[in-house]
Amino acid sequence: MMSDLNTLTIAEARDALRKGETTSADLTEACLAAIDRADALGAVAHKTPEIALERAKAADDRLKAREEAPAMCGIPLGIKDLFCTEGVPSQAASRILEGFRPEYESTVSAKLKAAGAVMLGKLNMDEFAMGSSNETSVYGNAVNPWKVGDAPLTPGGSSGGSASAVAADLCLAATGTDTGGSIRQPAAFTGTVGLKPTYGRCSRWGIVAFASSLDQAGPMTKTVRDAAIMGAAMMGHDAKDSTSADMPVPDFEAMLTGDIRGKVIGIPKEYRMDGMPEAIETLWSQGAEMLKDAGAEIRDISLPHTKYALPAYYVIAPAEASSNLARYDGVRFGHRAQLAQGDGITEMYEKTRAEGFGDEVKRRVMVGTYVLSAGFYDAYYNRARKVRALIKRDFEEVFAAGVDSILTPATPSAAFELGRDVSDPVEMYLNDVFTVTVNLAGLPGISVPVGLDAKGLPLGLQLIGRPWEEGDLLNTAYALESAAGFVAKPSKWW
Amino acid sequence: MSIDIETAARVAKLARIKVEDDDLPALAGEFNAILGFIEQLQELDVDDVEPMTSVTPMRLKRRPDEVTDGHQQARVLANAPDAREGFFAVPKVVE
Repeated sequence: MMSDLNTLTIAEARDALRKGETTSADLTEACLAAIDRADALGAVAHKTPEIALERAKAADDRLKAREEAPAMCGIPLGIKDLFCTEGVPSQAASRILEGFRPEYESTVSAKLKAAGAVMLGKLNMDEFAMGSSNETSVYGNAVNPWKVGDAPLTPGGSSGGSASAVAADLCLAATGTDTGGSIRQPAAFTGTVGLKPTYGRCSRWGIVAFASSLDQAGPMTKTVRDAAIMGAAMMGHDAKDSTSADMPVPDFEAMLTGDIRGKVIGIPKEYRMDGMPEAIETLWSQGAEMLKDAGAEIRDISLPHTKYALPAYYVIAPAEASSNLARYDGVRFGHRAQLAQGDGITEMYEKTRAEGFGDEVKRRVMVGTYVLSAGFYDAYYNRARKVRALIKRDFEEVFAAGVDSILTPATPSAAFELGRDVSDPVEMYLNDVFTVTVNLAGLPGISVPVGLDAKGLPLGLQLIGRPWEEGDLLNTAYALESAAGFVAKPSKWW
Repeated sequence: MSIDIETAARVAKLARIKVEDDDLPALAGEFNAILGFIEQLQELDVDDVEPMTSVTPMRLKRRPDEVTDGHQQARVLANAPDAREGFFAVPKVVE
């Protein structure tokens, strides 16, 4: 048996499985053992070892049968708690969904399951995917395996458990979702790769909805190659999601040549923020240099409406959330408050939602309610949708001028300490400053680990691609990954 | 635009979230911080801009209008906090 099977990449495990050097059962047991030793990371909210071992056995049978098994067959994965998984707790890290066991499986997790992938458990996250530090979860914080000194650091959010689990080798890869940066920011904070596909690539069916016009699922992996393999397995048209795109999903892995000669990489001047740490600035220039050395042309570009992206997002996302979260009323599923004598249905709604939602979720639902309320709809919501059109147009103009991808920092800082004072909610929102434009415009974006800061914490860069051209984007990311040669791993303390 | 305590209470009511009176001033303060941040959007001239409705222009798919699902009462009710005789049970709605 090979050693440290949980540290393998998807590509390595796939190849080893086909050569008969290991089995899915061995891979799965290695991951389950790693999970059991990692409770201090808080990454796994619900462990599903029985399901994992059963699926591993089925995958081994399938691999032995010599039928053409899909690439993901036998690969042990973590699934973000936002994905509904049949018969397994799926509560979006919220108290209001306590005890909820879906009678159905999300399309994305069903596709992975059908491909033979093994579910190890459900991963921690910010409540309803609302947060950038994984501190709003009913399960408690997920912790970053990377550490400097004694203070625990955030793995980012909202896919914090996914990022922590992948970085700590508790699984080979994990699913994430990204509404404003929730895949890319945690990937950057943990030295892992996170891909947010073009809006419409992955079906949203069965994924607990936050902001439906922005939400998109994607893979969180150890390498760009793995993001190509797992991403393709998650994508594809689904009649159950009317916004899912009926377009063929190319073989992304076959497109990873590393050849980016002649590609035009845009560097947007508006992403140079005041007070940006020097380490981020340096990393960004180094990244551009690496792509230039690989034969790409580096071009300065302008995306003039960038500064309005976060304010537009904080109208649109809460507005859609207030509407989506109206379903949590204590009637059909989840928590219902104990009622007092004489309480009617309104009291039931109000008490249930007050008890079931955490502070950040309540805040966003109420902000959304306000911006959609009579008299304010035009001033806030409609105006934000118009600004969103301008942000999208900025990108369209740059792509029309010949730019293939855009290089930016992934985050404005390295991972920060858990529990730091955030009395101003807007301060936490600034984490998404580089990622949120991509969701508003519906584009694909990927975070690639490129270096370490002075304290030894990982930093990532983001590449943004043309709509539906994930293959080209992944290839540019692959060239950046190869040039950066990021191999650092967190030292084990958990 | 400043949110006062009455407005905060009205929004909480509309959102069907119970907020204790003592917590309303802090909530109004947070609303003001967020709305102050959103206020920047007023700087832009958007008069001639069409609001964005979809990410990529796509015609919604059509299918025949026919029943494709059903007969799953037990599964629909399986997660209900209170289900009785094949129904979701709630406190009295109509006097």
